[in-house]
Amino acid sequence: MAEILPKDEAELAEAVAAAAAERRGLAIRGGGTREAGRAAAEDVLSLAGLTGITLYEPGALTLVVRAGTPLAEVTAALAAEGQRLAFEPWDPRGFSGRNGVPTVGGMAAVNASGPRRIQAGACRDAMIGVRFVDGTGRVIRNGGRVMKNVTGLDLVKLMAGSHGTLGVMTEIAFKLLPCPETVASVVIDGLDIATAARAMTTAMATPYDVTGAAHLPDGPDGAPLTMLRLEGFETSVAHRAQELSAVLRHFGPTRRIEGAGHWPLVRDAGGFGGRLGAVWRISVRPTDGPLLAARLGGAELILDWAGGLVWALVPEDLDLRALMGGIGGHATLLRGAPETFARWGAFHPAPAPVAGLSAGLRARFDPAGILNPGLMDTRPSRAAVA
Amino acid sequence: MQMPEPDPDILRRKAAIVAHLEDILPRGAVISEPEEVRAYECDALTAYRCPPLAVVLPASTAEVSAVLELCHREGVPVVPRGSGTSLAGGALPTADCVLLGVARLNQVLETDYENRFIRVQTGRTNLSVTGAVEADGFFYAPDPSSQLACAIAGNIAMNSGGAHCLKYGVTTNNLLGVTLVLMDGTVVELGGAHLDAAGYDLLGVICGSEGQLGVVTEATLRILRKPEGARPVLIGFDSSEVAGACVSDIIKAGLLPVAIEFMDGPSIRACEDFARAGYPDVEALLIVEVEGSETEIDEQLARISDIARRHAPRELRESRSAAESALIWKGRKAAFGAMGQIADYICLDGVIPVSELPYVLRRITELTAEYGLGVANVFHAGDGNLHPLLLYDANAPGDLEKAEALGADILRLCVEVGGCLTGEHGVGVEKRDLMSHQYGPDDLEAQLRVKDVFDPDWLLNPAKVFPLAASESRRRRAAAPVA
Repeated sequence: MAEILPKDEAELAEAVAAAAAERRGLAIRGGGTREAGRAAAEDVLSLAGLTGITLYEPGALTLVVRAGTPLAEVTAALAAEGQRLAFEPWDPRGFSGRNGVPTVGGMAAVNASGPRRIQAGACRDAMIGVRFVDGTGRVIRNGGRVMKNVTGLDLVKLMAGSHGTLGVMTEIAFKLLPCPETVASVVIDGLDIATAARAMTTAMATPYDVTGAAHLPDGPDGAPLTMLRLEGFETSVAHRAQELSAVLRHFGPTRRIEGAGHWPLVRDAGGFGGRLGAVWRISVRPTDGPLLAARLGGAELILDWAGGLVWALVPEDLDLRALMGGIGGHATLLRGAPETFARWGAFHPAPAPVAGLSAGLRARFDPAGILNPGLMDTRPSRAAVA
Repeated sequence: MQMPEPDPDILRRKAAIVAHLEDILPRGAVISEPEEVRAYECDALTAYRCPPLAVVLPASTAEVSAVLELCHREGVPVVPRGSGTSLAGGALPTADCVLLGVARLNQVLETDYENRFIRVQTGRTNLSVTGAVEADGFFYAPDPSSQLACAIAGNIAMNSGGAHCLKYGVTTNNLLGVTLVLMDGTVVELGGAHLDAAGYDLLGVICGSEGQLGVVTEATLRILRKPEGARPVLIGFDSSEVAGACVSDIIKAGLLPVAIEFMDGPSIRACEDFARAGYPDVEALLIVEVEGSETEIDEQLARISDIARRHAPRELRESRSAAESALIWKGRKAAFGAMGQIADYICLDGVIPVSELPYVLRRITELTAEYGLGVANVFHAGDGNLHPLLLYDANAPGDLEKAEALGADILRLCVEVGGCLTGEHGVGVEKRDLMSHQYGPDDLEAQLRVKDVFDPDWLLNPAKVFPLAASESRRRRAAAPVA
């Protein structure tokens, strides 16, 4: 397997066009940290040569950055201006056991959105423009660098979360938000999952602008911990922490934890690292979170998004999707043995009309089928284990 | 503005097509008399009118599916319509189309406060979505200024914004799921009460697709608890440049107001004459609104005022009460009505990077002078979404054409400085032929290919969004008689 390392967008487009002509499959690689299923490819196309921030305007809350840029570089540049990517992207190294450096392109390609998703939106919501190379080697622009844009069809959203199967993103524009002056969490100890879920949905239905609502059944001290995050000016956080505690008092006594606290652990499912089993990430409606948790029995879980996001560490042979009967939503397998990916598939099966539209899009954007071949197929396939 | 010639074969078959539609829909849901279809000949872009072949008003997803399946089989174009408030001509009919109005699809299907969503049929108006939940303390955030009349279907089609989207985002950020009917009648469910897509983000493509890809009959929308309170500060400046610099400083300071509205001298004076809101006689006015508890609001307004003072404002008025807030907003909310009293106008919707504000405002003034017309600027400054109102006289021959040409120049200017043609109104027919100024042939081709997937025969709202030349071969192929 050869590694192709273009130094700019034009070279990358040439490489894709050449691969299309020869029908050689390309595994698109950012930092090599995220692999939900693996592409059955002849060559690796690395984005490592396409790096750097091309535009940063703090006064306009706008950043444009090349796709191969390490995320840490972006985070540092934004922090220097007191700004951030509000969707709080998760770092898969916490549970994946993989080395490598997360990149902006990889993050966008999987629409990586963390705890603040419920208040500030997903990665896809912060993406305001994109340049990408389609499967024929054409460079395509969509969106731009402004906050509001309804000019034509929104292909930016389509590229977010498409795992490099519709095009290779080369440059992405993001909408930013300021970092808060104060971060604090109102926490409750010792709740069971069902009660914790009710506490979280109660908190989300207040006007106190909760930016994270998570429950760790096996918290850092081994005991259950329910956390509700507040961010803003100190006086504002103090006011809201007090009000929120009052609203939640019938769930149990609350205490205030300062700063980032255990949120990185929630964001990255860090507790699953180095442990046996398959890691799943399941999106459901918040009140279905505890229902699913009950069906998963003794599995190790993290509930984020007020119960709407369940991270599960389960035996490799568990048919997790079969337990979702009557529960809407979707489950993605993020870590597992090759045979586990082969058996369950990384991505949730789609209903026929949706699968038809998705296949149609893929055929139009990558007619030779060379971009991450086999990846994002919704049925288990040979490709998933290659 | 050019529209394709209607298909004479379809016009000839009108009676048969109407009879088919009457077979599959309840009595009263098909309108075909010429004097009655005229009510649907235009939307809010009233300069362009064309009565459709027939109008259908289905009341369920099943009826929408039956209509689309029939029109697909018969090769008849369909133009979807929400409430007809589009400023871009998104619901402008052609003579050979069936106009599909969703006005009868107006029910609330499910309200769920624990999971914070409401599911509605899409003919429901934007304001009545909030109306269904506000007694319980909730609201639906996107608030386009036509919210009293505009339908959720149209909001989704145009990805509508509003004054408060600086904090809450636009429709696409608040839309969780849709029931979508494809042109061949297939019903597709996308998303739901859970977050984010399992596969490709088709929901994200549907939102803002201007009725090109399918007809959305039901929508799951995020609802939020209402903030404890909200109050604005009014700040007046001697020049637009200084006001623009102040906006940038407020954003850089880490403040996140829910709205930053901007008015220039001509709009301030027109609004003051019309609404008597007590606005100062200045060249630029900002209305900055923040939310929270009383003490949170006080602190944020104090910080904003501190920043404003560094720019030597001519006027600085923090609202202390609901009555004072209402007065500050009164003029801004009357802006469009006030301008309508003075002249006919075209309302533009370009977006620019906030940093380009002073330059763009200066160029707009110069261009307007070159055309010998008047302009008033009212817009959402926090996100760079401009709404220049180009003033003209509809009774003066050639004045409309002059205003349209000026509008095109201004939108090209927006693109040149790194912005875009439309922030919340959509492309429709109005900006269709400017698309090739923003996007190259490959960029447009990629979008056309998405339509190919959803609507292979190019029957849904054709001749909109894309330059006619770019879509011509596809539309012609679709219209070719079946062998």
